Amino acid sequence: MSGKITGISGPVVTTDMQGLKLNEKVSVGCGKLTGEAIRIEKAQAVIQVYEDTRGVGLHEPVTATGMPLHVRLGPGMLSEMYDGLQRPLERLLAEQGPFLIAGKEVDVLDYSRTWKHVPLKSEGDTLLQGEFFGYVEEGSFRHYLAYPTSSQSSRGDGKRPSKRRIASIKEGAFTLGEPLGTLDDGTEFFAWHDWPVRIPKPFKKKATSNEPLITGQRSIDLMFPIARGGTAVMPGGFGTGKTVLEQSIAKYADVDIVIYVGCGERGNEMADLIEEFRVLSDPWASKPLMERTVLVVNTSNMPVAAREASIYTAVTIAEYYRDMGFHVLLLADSLSRWAEAMREISASLEEMPGEEGYPTYLSSRLAGFFERAGVVETISGRNGSLTMILSVSPAGADFTEPVTQACLRATGASLILDTSLAYSRHYPAINWNQSYSLYTTELSEYFKEKVAEQWPALQVRCREILQKEESLKEVIEIIGVSGLQDDDRLLITIAEKIRTELLSQNAFSDDAFSPPEKTFSIMERIIRFYDMAESRLKNGEPLEDVLKEGGTAV
Amino acid sequence: MRLSEHSYRTVTSLAGPILFLENVRNAKIGEVVNVKTGEGRNIEGEVLSIDRGKVLIEVYGESQGLDLGHTSVVFTDSVKKIPLSRDIVGRSFNGSFEPIDGLPMYIPDRYEAITGVPINPASRSGPEEFISTGLSVIDGLNTLVKGQKLPVFSASGLPSREVVAFILKHATTLAAEKNFMVIFAALGLSFHDYSFYMETLQQMASGYTAFITMADDPVMERLLAPRYALTVAEYLAFEHDMDVLVIMTDMTNYCDALREIATARKELPGRRGYPGYMYSDLASLYERAGRVNGKSGSVTMLPVLTMPEDDITHPIPDLTGYITEGQIVLSRELHQKSIFPPVDALPCLSRLMNSGIGKGKTREDHRIVANLLYKYYAKGRKLRKLEAIIGREGLSSDDRVMLDFADGFEKHFIHQGEKPRDIFQTLDEGRNILAQFSLDLP
Repeated sequence: MSGKITGISGPVVTTDMQGLKLNEKVSVGCGKLTGEAIRIEKAQAVIQVYEDTRGVGLHEPVTATGMPLHVRLGPGMLSEMYDGLQRPLERLLAEQGPFLIAGKEVDVLDYSRTWKHVPLKSEGDTLLQGEFFGYVEEGSFRHYLAYPTSSQSSRGDGKRPSKRRIASIKEGAFTLGEPLGTLDDGTEFFAWHDWPVRIPKPFKKKATSNEPLITGQRSIDLMFPIARGGTAVMPGGFGTGKTVLEQSIAKYADVDIVIYVGCGERGNEMADLIEEFRVLSDPWASKPLMERTVLVVNTSNMPVAAREASIYTAVTIAEYYRDMGFHVLLLADSLSRWAEAMREISASLEEMPGEEGYPTYLSSRLAGFFERAGVVETISGRNGSLTMILSVSPAGADFTEPVTQACLRATGASLILDTSLAYSRHYPAINWNQSYSLYTTELSEYFKEKVAEQWPALQVRCREILQKEESLKEVIEIIGVSGLQDDDRLLITIAEKIRTELLSQNAFSDDAFSPPEKTFSIMERIIRFYDMAESRLKNGEPLEDVLKEGGTAV
Repeated sequence: MRLSEHSYRTVTSLAGPILFLENVRNAKIGEVVNVKTGEGRNIEGEVLSIDRGKVLIEVYGESQGLDLGHTSVVFTDSVKKIPLSRDIVGRSFNGSFEPIDGLPMYIPDRYEAITGVPINPASRSGPEEFISTGLSVIDGLNTLVKGQKLPVFSASGLPSREVVAFILKHATTLAAEKNFMVIFAALGLSFHDYSFYMETLQQMASGYTAFITMADDPVMERLLAPRYALTVAEYLAFEHDMDVLVIMTDMTNYCDALREIATARKELPGRRGYPGYMYSDLASLYERAGRVNGKSGSVTMLPVLTMPEDDITHPIPDLTGYITEGQIVLSRELHQKSIFPPVDALPCLSRLMNSGIGKGKTREDHRIVANLLYKYYAKGRKLRKLEAIIGREGLSSDDRVMLDFADGFEKHFIHQGEKPRDIFQTLDEGRNILAQFSLDLP
């Protein structure tokens, strides 16, 4: 099936081709650029092109592929670096040199590599959709191979998966080009399968989680903990340390697999990240960080439409690993660039704009994306989780803008990054008065049990101290610190200790990773000192003496 | 490839730099066209969008005098390309890529499209080589490294010219480079600014190439000049192993030109009337800075912009800050105190500083000195506000030390007048000031 180009405007191409399906992947022009059908009318179809359209001409051919925009899922994705359309950047580099040329097709997976298949099923066994038939060892992971579910019955609940018997199954060495076996109806199955990116992968059921995802960042784990399967956003103006924080979490989070999306961000930072991840090792298992990481990179100068796709590509890869029963963390930097890509495409489609030019479907798209996170019982009966921590870059650091607001409504934790904290080099610049986590109460049991009985109680005290400091600040502005009562001056000192010793953490030092036990001991030390100082103060000792050990007066 | 030249006289509408053409049989997006006026003048233009036979063209030059009946448009079957050669070093061009230094055009080595192609993120090598600018506040606190893009946020009336000129005169890498050169893109400059910059460039020891569009040149040329500059920069950096520093001033004029053209195209305006794609457009320039694995050259970028109303949240500085790897912010307050360079250290940032400093790169104590200076200066600045309300007497003695430190830091560390300091002098000066106020030293 093919047609011709009838019009071009930026990344949007119209064609006279008939019979396209919505969201079908198409190849555009003589350069064979990748595109997706996004609007279909009787006489023409509108295609969003994921590559630079410069040089594409009228009447050039458009070909349908019969498939929706999809990713190929299989062994060999870990430690890879993909672009927004899942093209492996390292292999592209080897083939075409340091610059990205549009329209180049490269195999997503490495078909020359040999894997060793260990079957879990044998001939004659039934094989359900979504069920594992074997596994391969990928690095230190056991990569389970599943017979794919049909993407049509993607809701997961309700429909019974179809049942087939295995006619033959192969064991031992194989490459990805070979089938691993056949079913009784003659269909072959492989170690990989394709999945449309815009359709969530199915699961049996979703559960709520009472387990935190330990990030190693004290201000997050202690003040605003994130649950496994939860969603958190980090809105912050430029220079507030979003990227550094995202990368720190990618390094130290207690998860099996990390999917990191550089969405419309800086190329140099990605280069830095890769170099670092190759050297650093996973604090939870002794192996290079890169071995548990998949990078999806669409820097700000790469085509806008592929930026829109990159988030979906990444979340689908994340779901794939979740379905093997892993704890997966999806980090995206930044969601605003994704929303802006949507806005750019919407504008070239001449859609009626909503707030600040963003399309009116912005909030439903965002909410739909966040819903792909969660703790699930997978089709194969395992438990996996997909947690999302996403940065947001509000224009002008104005948190009332539509993307930030839509994110706040739909996510469970919000870590507000504050420009004034960043200016005074307090990192991570998480504002303790404005940020929140809806998971705090659910997770307090875990911390009580696993870390320390007093965790929630001391956490509440820290918050109270910071709260009181905030209200005292106004008083200080009028009468000065020296005008305060001694107990208030003590409180100010303690609040400063909480801020500088507990909440701030240098991402480039040994302190970059703080396990909950360390976090607790710092907190306990500060609060113990406070209690001691307060009682000595009550006994009439002067403040200066009380503060001598462990702090200076303010 | 088309065999014959296509020429059309089917112009249906004209508005500013925008031209509509009908019944075009074959056109490509981004294709260069030659627009011939009735009087025989030739203007270049580019195809922006195609809807069947209807083609929207934007002309680069002055569109005055075009009419419907006599204008003809010739399609060239090629995107906008410029000639490249090593001989470009030492030359000056206008916004139409014509030499303005009185010398003839060089013989090109080859032609290259000005939009460039994105660098594969997998082939970037991390920037980590220190560039010394001679300014303590940059070298010491917000270190610039090769391959970085670090903008200067200025405001009207502030000496951004002088700061840039200082950097031009004194910028070197630690190992003295022979292959260092500057590419200067002047975007809509006044003659006054232009002559200042040209004088500075001519005094420089290293080579330079200049692309000049003046305030009265067609606005389209402001969108082209930075692309010429970067295409040349990439060519010299990645094919001739040069370390290229690209200076673009003033990016505010660039963004205003972008807005002007977007409005002429009747596009939906975004924040403050700037087009919604301004982020992507700016990124397509700024992201061309960098280094590539296996090549010794680099493209470093120092764009200068003027913050309208001194407002750092204005879309131009805002979007720039989201793309670039930090920013150098000039302050009116310091300028009024006659401090040069008037750089406000607090909102400044260099994201790549960490990888460019320390043992073997600058000096072992660099990070710790910088952190301490920042910490105390931030504290002192905070206390200044308090002092304004409750007076110096209301502050504790420790706080008074901080206040004095902040003053001393501005007068002795930030301020340096015309004298450049190397990195060791900068760090020693920092240590001196800390010692002067008996603050803890590393």
